[in-house]
Amino acid sequence: MKKRSLATATWDFFCSLKLTIATLILLAITSIIGTVIQQNKSPEEYLQVYSESTYQILDALKFFDMYHSWWFLSLLGIFSLNLISCSVKRFPRVWKTVHEPVLVADDSLFRTLSNVDEHLVSGSMDDLEGRLGTFLSESFAAPVVTRVGETVHLFAQKGRYARFGVYVTHLSILIIFAGAIIGSLFGYKAYVNIEEGKATDKVWPRGGETPIELGFSVRCDEFSVSYYDGTERPREFKSLLTVLEGGKPVSEALTERPVIVNSPLTYKGITFYQSSYGPTGQPVFTFKVSNRASGETAEFKVKQGQSLDLPGGGTFRVADFTPSFQTFGPAARIEVFPASGERRSFVVLQAHPEFDAQRGGDYIFSMVDYKQRYYTGLQVAKDPGVWVVWLGCAMMVIGSMVAFFMSHRRIWVTLQPVGKKTGIKLGGTAHRNQPAFEIFFDELKKKLKTEIAS
Amino acid sequence: MTSSQLFNIVTVSYFSSMVLFVVYLATRSKGVSLGANIVAYIGFLAHTAAIGLRWYESYQLPGNVGHAPLSNLYESVVFFAWTILLIYILLDFKYKQRAVGAFVIPFAFFAMIWAQLQLNSAMEPLVPALQSNWLTYHVITCFLGYAAFAVACGVSIMYLIKVGKEEQSSEGSPVGGILSLFPSTRILDDINYKAIMIGFPLLTLGIVTGAAWANYAWGTYWSWDPKETWSLIVWFIYAAFLHARFTRGWVGRRAAWLSIIGFAATIFCYLGVNLVLSGLHSYGG
Repeated sequence: MKKRSLATATWDFFCSLKLTIATLILLAITSIIGTVIQQNKSPEEYLQVYSESTYQILDALKFFDMYHSWWFLSLLGIFSLNLISCSVKRFPRVWKTVHEPVLVADDSLFRTLSNVDEHLVSGSMDDLEGRLGTFLSESFAAPVVTRVGETVHLFAQKGRYARFGVYVTHLSILIIFAGAIIGSLFGYKAYVNIEEGKATDKVWPRGGETPIELGFSVRCDEFSVSYYDGTERPREFKSLLTVLEGGKPVSEALTERPVIVNSPLTYKGITFYQSSYGPTGQPVFTFKVSNRASGETAEFKVKQGQSLDLPGGGTFRVADFTPSFQTFGPAARIEVFPASGERRSFVVLQAHPEFDAQRGGDYIFSMVDYKQRYYTGLQVAKDPGVWVVWLGCAMMVIGSMVAFFMSHRRIWVTLQPVGKKTGIKLGGTAHRNQPAFEIFFDELKKKLKTEIAS
Repeated sequence: MTSSQLFNIVTVSYFSSMVLFVVYLATRSKGVSLGANIVAYIGFLAHTAAIGLRWYESYQLPGNVGHAPLSNLYESVVFFAWTILLIYILLDFKYKQRAVGAFVIPFAFFAMIWAQLQLNSAMEPLVPALQSNWLTYHVITCFLGYAAFAVACGVSIMYLIKVGKEEQSSEGSPVGGILSLFPSTRILDDINYKAIMIGFPLLTLGIVTGAAWANYAWGTYWSWDPKETWSLIVWFIYAAFLHARFTRGWVGRRAAWLSIIGFAATIFCYLGVNLVLSGLHSYGG
């Protein structure tokens, strides 16, 4: 006996709406912690901000990875249990209301309805039954007719499935959780850097050391950045990627496929996202150098720091380089060591080849071109649960719209012989949005009056 | 006419409308309230035209950089003000309770004046991360939700003022003065509920479109970034509000407070996160 009451008490606890409200508010309050304390940093980074003892306490409370902590996950667990219990408790009753509607309205039902109307008219029952049947069909919905003795009951309803909106919404949350769990069990988040011209068949998981084998390779054919005209504001980061199996491209579409931000590449459930980039190795410059005195011109290919001989003696080297010098674009600082005399240092702009002639040096430099090899940084994700999550999201949006904006409306009409006349009773109810239903019902009353008067 | 001149007209309209609503509360003249509403409606039309014009103007700039005007803080604040008016107008059609304007139009006016005086209104081309149609869907749904919550907050303040005064005055006698212009507490409570009922699915859709976009751009639909987390906190609060309606004791005053707290969290999610915390949503910078 005692055990039973404990079970009942537990059941009631998990079914209670107070628990729902408390859990939602607790989730809201605790979630704030993770937005104030940066998550998943290294202990060293935390110790720069917090004292040793504060760090110990926060660490013990799992505040540094709180969204995965046992207590936050427990809160989500209680939330889910509450959701399931509430729905399980209420669902059978709603199912019954929808699938076994009350076809026969007795006086006690009419007393519970806030919208009712009564008339006493002359005319045969059969005639009235037919007319009111048509009337309901035309102004609301086709009725179900039930005869009990001499009394005739008409029942019509609309939007009965609106009652399930709330359960669809509740179920959607559980489906989203399921999708997230599938993703974390069977998927991964990783990254990889690939140099231009190179390929990889491994990626590195976040926070892990052992690489993951892809089962195929990805080659970066080219990486490029473009800027909006005259600015340093990036317009596009683009990698050309080729997917290879057994050393051969797998398809035409996945050969030199452009991958930009907001346009990833997916192959065999694994998706590659453009995420970062960087230079790799030394850039190779092409310079045109003309001797001012002789007019002799020569072309040089040179790496940064490398010294080359100038025609007519002396050497030069590229001391420094930047792909964007203020707003002038790529620029190199050249150092010239003449055979005799002083070292000279000056800047050459690729975009303004005539610029160096004004310097008045013995040699006129212009940068024809430079080749900087890049690596592309890709995020790699495999998430087999993501479609489950989207299914849940779609259900949540549709379910909540149905739950909030649609209502189950029911109308009962009873015809009863009263002496030589016939008594008509009309009643109706909506499970939501009563004011709108009242307006509709008043309109229906007026129409009914003209109908029976005719 | 340029869009920035039109935006000036918008701000002036909302200011005039706000003043007229205050005059209405003082004089209780129906004509004034009608005027206040007309000015607000004119402001809304100008606002719509101005956003359209700014959109068009962005396509006139060199370098094919045109985009919907929803990409930086200035543009989002301006759009927020527009959505507040939209939700107000919808409620005005349904309830015809003019006094509500006095508590809703100021939100739109302060948003506009802040945007125009403090924020950078330069039109800038989109960085790669923002070059996505998801940006438009995400911003529109989120801000319609925020606006509905702003309206709910406005009527909740009215509710608390009115209920407070009613309890002070002698039993049963209706309150006089300005408060007699306020809708009844029952209607205020109902508008609060209705506005949140509109806002909640929109916020849900806003979070979903944001998640879809994040998944498409970075491969993670949810990363517990401060902005994401705060949107979830707001969602929890309004979910609690909606469930609280079903239990006795959580209607009326407590519901009004929950609505005000919800809107405070909304504003923090929108602005506070960008100004105080760090994260992916860079437009506050």
